[in-house]
Amino acid sequence: MLSRVANSIYWLNRYIERAENVARFIDANYHMTLDSPDAAGDQWQPLINTSGDHELFEKLYGEASRENAIEFLVFDRNNPNSIYSCVRAARENARSVREYISSEMWEQLNTFYLMINNAAKEVSLDLPHQFFVDIMTASHAFIGITDSTMNHGEGWHFGRMGRMLERADKTTRILDVKYFILLPSVDYVGSSYDNIFWGALLRSASAFEMYRKRHGRIDPKKIVEFLMLDPHFPRAVHFCIVTAMISMNNITGSPRGTYCNKAEQSLGRLLAEFNFASLEDIFSFGLHEYLDSTQTRINAVGAEIQKVFFSPQLADEAAASSPLV
Amino acid sequence: MRFDGYDTEGFYDEIFDAQGNPRPGADLLIQRINALPESELQRRQKAAERALLNLGITFNVYSNEAQTEKIFPFDIVPRILQAKEWEGIERGLKQRISALNSFIDDVYNEQKIIKDGVIPADLVLSADGFRKPCIGLEPPCGIWCHITGTDLVRDGDGEYYVLEDNLRCPSGVSYVLENRLLMKRTFPMVFDACSVQPVTDYPSRLLEMLQEVAPPGVRNPVAVVWTPGIYNSAYFEHSFLAQQMGVPLVEGSDLLVHRGEVMMRTTKGLERVDVIYRRIDDDFMDPKAFRADSMLGVPGLMKAYSKGKVALANAPGTGVADDKAVYAYVPEIIKYYLGEDPIINNVPTYACWRDDDRKYVLENLDKLVVKAVNESGGYGMLIGPHATKAEREEFARRIKAKPRTYIAQPTLALSRVPVLVDDHFEGRHVDLRPYILFGSKSTYVLPGGLTRVALKKGSLVVNSSQGGGSKDTWVLNAAGTPSTESPLQQQSQSQEGSAC
Repeated sequence: MLSRVANSIYWLNRYIERAENVARFIDANYHMTLDSPDAAGDQWQPLINTSGDHELFEKLYGEASRENAIEFLVFDRNNPNSIYSCVRAARENARSVREYISSEMWEQLNTFYLMINNAAKEVSLDLPHQFFVDIMTASHAFIGITDSTMNHGEGWHFGRMGRMLERADKTTRILDVKYFILLPSVDYVGSSYDNIFWGALLRSASAFEMYRKRHGRIDPKKIVEFLMLDPHFPRAVHFCIVTAMISMNNITGSPRGTYCNKAEQSLGRLLAEFNFASLEDIFSFGLHEYLDSTQTRINAVGAEIQKVFFSPQLADEAAASSPLV
Repeated sequence: MRFDGYDTEGFYDEIFDAQGNPRPGADLLIQRINALPESELQRRQKAAERALLNLGITFNVYSNEAQTEKIFPFDIVPRILQAKEWEGIERGLKQRISALNSFIDDVYNEQKIIKDGVIPADLVLSADGFRKPCIGLEPPCGIWCHITGTDLVRDGDGEYYVLEDNLRCPSGVSYVLENRLLMKRTFPMVFDACSVQPVTDYPSRLLEMLQEVAPPGVRNPVAVVWTPGIYNSAYFEHSFLAQQMGVPLVEGSDLLVHRGEVMMRTTKGLERVDVIYRRIDDDFMDPKAFRADSMLGVPGLMKAYSKGKVALANAPGTGVADDKAVYAYVPEIIKYYLGEDPIINNVPTYACWRDDDRKYVLENLDKLVVKAVNESGGYGMLIGPHATKAEREEFARRIKAKPRTYIAQPTLALSRVPVLVDDHFEGRHVDLRPYILFGSKSTYVLPGGLTRVALKKGSLVVNSSQGGGSKDTWVLNAAGTPSTESPLQQQSQSQEGSAC
C-alpha cells in the first residue's frame, strides 16, 4: 500500500483514540471533583499537566479552572490535542484515504466530526457526562465499523497498531492523573474517598466491572497491575502492546519474536519488558517514573514507524538530498 | 404536494407537454408525488440533503476568506428520458466521440484534415488546448479521449444540441451515482415501478476500460487515479471513483519515474504503475514537459509515456478538440473522418474570426450568448438578452480586439424541469451531461448522465460554482426486463427448544 495512505490510516486511528481518551480524562476528573471535599476539589491543573500541553495552556489561559480546562481540552482549536482538533485531524486524514477505507467508516467519522463541530458552536455543557459518553460511543462505533467492513489486511493493521500505541500511552496517563491527585493528600489513602477516587479512575478506563471480576476488592496495587500488566483487558498497556506487536508482525511478515526493521525491533523490546515486568519492579522503580519512561519508549516506537514505513527514502534520493539540505 | 399550479410558461418542459399533460413515462411519477401527504416531499428532500452532508458528498468553494465545503444542491424530482429518445442520443455521442478521437490523433500526427483544408491550421495550432510536446505521440490502442462528458441542451423545439465537448477531465459522474443511490432510498416504490436503466456499473466499466488500454504485454495492469489532492474542488469524485474501482488514489508526491518506469511509493518499496486515470490538467503533469513550476507533477512522466511505459487517460493534448473555436468545425470533422452527417447537431455557432459572422455578432449582441473560447465553468460569458448596455459594449470591444477568442450562439430557450421551491413546484432550466467511455473494444455511454439545474429563477447558468444543482436522470427501459428466478435454499438453523 502507499506509504501516504498507511500514514493517514495510522494517524486517523491514533487521533480518534486520543479524542476518546481526552473525553475519559475529563469525565473521570469531573466526577472526582463532584465527589470530593472542597480541599481536593480543584484538580484541573493536574489534569492539564497529564495531557502534556501545560505550557500551551498557561500561555492561552493562565490559571486552570473547570471552565477553561474543559474549553482547552475539548473545543480549543489552538490546542492540537483538544477533542475538536483530534476529530478534525482524524477526519482530514480519512478524507485523504476515503478511497481506501470503507464508506461506512467515512460516514461514521464524518458524522462524529459534525457532532463535535455542532457542540463547539453551542458551548453549553450542562450535561457534560452525556457529551463525553457520546464521544466514547462514537469512537467505539468507529472501531466496530472498521473491524466489520474493512479488509483485515495491511491497512487495517496499520490502523490497529496506531490505535493500540495511542491507547497504551493514554492508559499510562490516566494512571498518572491519580498519581498527581493523591500525592498531596496522603490522608485520603485508605479512606472512603480513596475508594471513590480509584473507582472513578477505573470507570474512566471502562475498567471497573472487568477489574471487579478479576480482583474483586478495590486495591490500588491491584489496580495498577490490572491497568498496566493485564494481558486480557483491552485497555491495559500490556494488552495494547501485545496487540500492536501482532499487527506489526502482520505488516512486516516477520515470524513472532523476530524483527526485520528498527520499528519492529523497538516495539519488540518494549513488549519483552511488559511480558516479564512485575508489580514489584514498577513500584521499586517508582510508579510515576515507570509511567513516564513507558511513554518515552512508546514515542520512540512511533518515531521509528514514521521513519521505516511512512517516509522511506530511496538510496539515490537520500544521496541527492543529504549534503545540501 | 401537487403539480396542480405548475406552469410551463411556454418553455419545453421535460416532464409535462405544452398542454400540461404528463409526457409518456412521467405519469406514474406525477401520480405518486401528487398522492404524497402534505409536506412529505419536503421532508424527503430534507432527508436527502442531510444524507449528503453525512456522507460528506461535498465540493470545495474558494472565496476570498476561506475554503468551505458545500453540498452540491440536489432536487428530488427526477428527470425522465424515454428509451427511444435516449437511443438516438447514445448513437449520436458514440459517433461524435469516435470522430473527435480520430481528429486528435490526426492533429498530433499526419494533420491530414489541415492539409485537406477542412479546418485552418492556425486555428488548430493556436488552440488553448494544443500541446506541442504531444506531436508524434501514439497512445496505447490509438485512444486519446477515453472519458468524455458531453454537455447537451434541449431547445424550445424539443431537439437536443451539443453545447460543449468536455474532453479533458470532465467531472460530475460521482454525483450521478450518488444521486441515484439517494433516489432509490427516497422513492423506492416509484423507482421500482418505472423500470430505470442502471448506472451503478459505471465504475466497473471504467476500470475495464482503463485496464484494456494498458501498455501492451502487461499482465494484471495496475491502474491508479491521480488527484491534485484534497483541496481540489472535485476531490470527492476522485476518491469516490478510486474507491468504487478498488484502485489506489495517488497524489503527485506518491509517484516518481525510476529507471524509466512510473512507480508509486508503498510501505514495501516501489511498485510499478501501468495506467493512470489522471484528474489533473496537462500543464501540471510533468514539470519537465509542461509548466516548469508545477509542484504537483511527476518529473519524467511524459518521457515514460512517450516510450509506452504507462497509459494516461485522458491522453495529454486532448484539449485541442475541446476548444470552442474547434467546436464550430465538429460537423465537418464528423463528415471528414466518418463520412456521416452528425446525429446530434451543434448549437448554431458564429465564429468571430470570420468577417461575416463577426459583423452579425456585433449587430446582434442583445440576442446572442458570447463565449470566450478558452474559458469554462460559465466564466467569460455574455448572455446578451440579460446583459446591460455597458456589458455589451465591453464585449464588443473585446471581440474586435481579439476575434479568435470569441464565438457566439443564439440564446437557447433551454428546456425546463419542475423543481421543488418551498411548498410548490417551479420550472428551472437544465442541461444534460452524459458520460462516454471510449475503449479499445467498445464504447459505453452511461444511461442518463448528470442533469444540472440552474436553481436561480430564470437563470441559464447551470454550473455548480454559480448556483447550479443537480437531479437524478432516469432513462427508462424499452420493455419490462425479465426477472430471473433464484434457486431455493435451505432454511437457516434455529436455536433448539426455542418458542418457534
